[in-house]
Amino acid sequence: MDWLLALLQTALFVFGAPLLLGWIKRLKALSQNRQPAPVWQPYRDLRRLFHKEVVIAHHASWLFRITPYIVFGAVVLVASVVPLLVTSLPTAAIADVIVLVGFFALGRFFLALAGMDIGTAFGGMGASREMTIASMAEPAMLMAVFTLAMTASTTNLSTAMLTILHEGLVLRPSFIFAALGLMMVAVAETGRIPVDNPATHLELTMVHEAMILEYSGRYLALIEWAAQIKLMVYGVLVLNLFFPWGIATETTTNALLIGSVVILAKLMLLALILVVSETVVAKMRLFRIPQYLSFAFLLCLLGALSHVILEAGYII
Amino acid sequence: MPLSLALLSIVGVLASALISFGTDRAPWLFRFVVLGLLAVSGLTATAAGVWVLLTNQNLAIELALGLPWLPWHLRLDALSGFFFAIVGLITFVTSLYAVNYSREFQNSPYSYSTLGVFTGLFIAGMLLVLLADDGYAFMVAWELMSLSSYFLVVYQHLNESNRRAGFLYLLMAHVGGLSILLSFGVMVGFGDGFSFAAMRQAALSPLWASIVFGLAFFGFGMKAGLVPIHAWLPEAHPVAPSHISALMSGVMLKVAIYGFIRVVFDLVGDLLWWWGLLILFVGAASALLGILYALMQNNSKRLLAYSSIENVGIIFTALGLAILFISTGHPVLGALGFLAALYHSLNHALFKSLLFLGAGAIAHSSHEYNLERMGGLIHKLPYTAVFFLIGCISIASLPPFNGFVSEWLIFQTALQTTALESGILRLIIPITAAVLALTGALAVACFVKLYGIAFLGLPRTRHVKHAREVGGSMLASQAILAVLCFLFGIFPALTLQTLAVIPEKILATPVGEFAASSWLWLTPISADVASYSPALLLLGIVVVGFLGWLLLRLKKPCVRRADTWDCGFGGGTARMQYTATSFAMPIRHILSPVWHSSETIDEQRDDLRPVSIKHELHIADRSWPVLYLPILHYVQWVARRIGVVQTGNIRVYLMYSFFTLLAILWIVT
Repeated sequence: MDWLLALLQTALFVFGAPLLLGWIKRLKALSQNRQPAPVWQPYRDLRRLFHKEVVIAHHASWLFRITPYIVFGAVVLVASVVPLLVTSLPTAAIADVIVLVGFFALGRFFLALAGMDIGTAFGGMGASREMTIASMAEPAMLMAVFTLAMTASTTNLSTAMLTILHEGLVLRPSFIFAALGLMMVAVAETGRIPVDNPATHLELTMVHEAMILEYSGRYLALIEWAAQIKLMVYGVLVLNLFFPWGIATETTTNALLIGSVVILAKLMLLALILVVSETVVAKMRLFRIPQYLSFAFLLCLLGALSHVILEAGYII
Repeated sequence: MPLSLALLSIVGVLASALISFGTDRAPWLFRFVVLGLLAVSGLTATAAGVWVLLTNQNLAIELALGLPWLPWHLRLDALSGFFFAIVGLITFVTSLYAVNYSREFQNSPYSYSTLGVFTGLFIAGMLLVLLADDGYAFMVAWELMSLSSYFLVVYQHLNESNRRAGFLYLLMAHVGGLSILLSFGVMVGFGDGFSFAAMRQAALSPLWASIVFGLAFFGFGMKAGLVPIHAWLPEAHPVAPSHISALMSGVMLKVAIYGFIRVVFDLVGDLLWWWGLLILFVGAASALLGILYALMQNNSKRLLAYSSIENVGIIFTALGLAILFISTGHPVLGALGFLAALYHSLNHALFKSLLFLGAGAIAHSSHEYNLERMGGLIHKLPYTAVFFLIGCISIASLPPFNGFVSEWLIFQTALQTTALESGILRLIIPITAAVLALTGALAVACFVKLYGIAFLGLPRTRHVKHAREVGGSMLASQAILAVLCFLFGIFPALTLQTLAVIPEKILATPVGEFAASSWLWLTPISADVASYSPALLLLGIVVVGFLGWLLLRLKKPCVRRADTWDCGFGGGTARMQYTATSFAMPIRHILSPVWHSSETIDEQRDDLRPVSIKHELHIADRSWPVLYLPILHYVQWVARRIGVVQTGNIRVYLMYSFFTLLAILWIVT
């Protein structure tokens, strides 16, 4: 039963992610006074891409062709260990949150290599920028995770959520810092404004899009889909780690129903926050991003320190 | 029995050195007999080490070598057995590799006999260091290792920079060796005798124990390449032949780590908490600066050498955590950090050797070390490309390969900081963990650069374009290491349970729940705190991959090869690609104070447009102007002052002799 639920949750991640993106795009269009596309537009895009012919450069190697599968596989694996509806997730024991960060890094590693495989200036530029941004974002991400792990004294996502649920609503300064930091990191890692703009193809600004410029057809579909799942994973991580209330702790129909409604509402709300911030804030210059990310890192570090100083007692 | 195997392997290695004297006349002797003997000895050493580790024996022997009243004590226990197995394994793999690789030197001015003799002595030295059970044997073996590796560094001596690197190496090795000798001296002074057993009994006051620790840390740290005394390492390691570089970076650094563990954890024993703090600082600084410098290198082997500094830093960080936890009364957590350090030592030996062998393969087929002139090698060296990719994934500590497991264990140890009472320590350890996280992320960037520039894209020069895949023995040796990297990543629990006997023996603490866990699950503290199952994860990868493949199989893909998109301008060339320097430029720009860099752009213009642009970029190690040059100047200043007594006048020298004699007579009477 538990394994079935784990499978179901993974499927929800995989097939629900385009819907989340559709919702974000719709909100964004509305907030910018544009006529919105229907929320299932991303599904249509994916379907169209899957049916298109794949065009590959003469020079592309096998690495270029396996990368979409690795990127997609890594993200699906990550999605399978993040509790979405219910905390008792048997898969969560296989990989903890540090492994999760590692798998995101694995996907990025291959994507950057694939960008450099063709030998165009764009690919190398995208890879270089992506790795630069990632090397600043990852420590911040791990720092936020460490704060949480020290509070719950576990790095297992299910157990961490249960611990936080058990302790009830306590005001923890460390969590406020860490949640803010993690949100900033999530924006950077998923390539949203102000760090990257998924809608642009201007060489001065693009990061993620520059790496995947040579992809087409089903390869592009897999990479785009993986990016959508990644966005949803980060959203669920922020929501369920810091505001886990509503998630089912037992596998009854009622609890599951409540869990699904609550997570849907939370995701819709988070999307709204993202849309507002993307509408208000402009995209940053590349060399301003380190400041943004070091601020995120500082927040996460403050979170860890305030946990150590304020919450864990003992000061010498 | 394992001990005789171990001695047999040393005899075999020494015999290979002896046979090498005849190889200048008969090159086939080198390739088949000498290397064969080395490979067999390597396997024997591995077997001896693994045997001792599995049966947890403690075997000692006295050899009547050396001085009459001072026989050599040799001992093989679990700790030395573990490192013995590492040395043996890498010896086997590198000798296999050298069968094809050493053809490079057949028609060169460099002789096989030099290579064979000193390789044999070098490996014998390393093996003897691990067996030594008294200070005297240890120092003799240590010097044998240092001196013979000097001759390997300057093997290609016609190149002037190699000779300079060799001299620097020799100098630093001796400063370090002196420091180690002094630390033994203190322990001998307090104990009775040179044997390690006597040193263990020596009652050291905290002050003297700290002096021993400081001397050992400096001496072994210098050999291991810790910042800021690392500057010799990226000079010396890359200039040796590639399989020797693999031995030096993959194995000799581990011997230094073994020495440090032996002296500090085993011989001194009573650990003080501030030692842990010091090691934590130095280790974290080495890790971060090592990878930052590696990121800026454009020479493939120099990049790998700097990355060795990073990995040694990670190992010492784990050891620092171990000391901190042990000295504050948490031996189980300390043992965990200790295990993480051991496992990372093993992993680093595997993937660093693999990468050095890969860099050697590139150089063998294209005569190129400069990244800026490589590119597109994945088409020319298809097998090497796969093995090198595995090495890059492992060293960048990405799951599910082996580098990730040890890094994960270190993070798990660091996260137990809440167990400590001291608030300061609880603050410092998470910050160290953050530094490690930054290091890990930069390592990913660094190895994307190495692999992406060398193997991917378009070839940047003609001889790289015509490179050919290397021979069978070079591929086989890389394949062995790549498979091991994978296996140690997928089944870490088995290895770690075997290794658990080492901390149990050295630190006299049980490793807790860890040893009881199953082969499938890695649960360092308890299943509630953290668990990781690489094997199940791999199963997940296979299932997801298979499902995806099945689904996509439903509709035949319609793939068309076409020209690369060139924005409609027509014809991209290899020179338009991102270069290694430009890849690292954003990071260089962001963290510019780290490097001692000077950049000049010389632009010649006519009225409207630039005629020529000359761009020069020099990136140097900061430790040179900050540490080495001032010491050099000081030494020269002192030498000049002392030089005043040397007038070159015979009468003055006679006068010196006369007064010296007078003084001696006065003292004697």
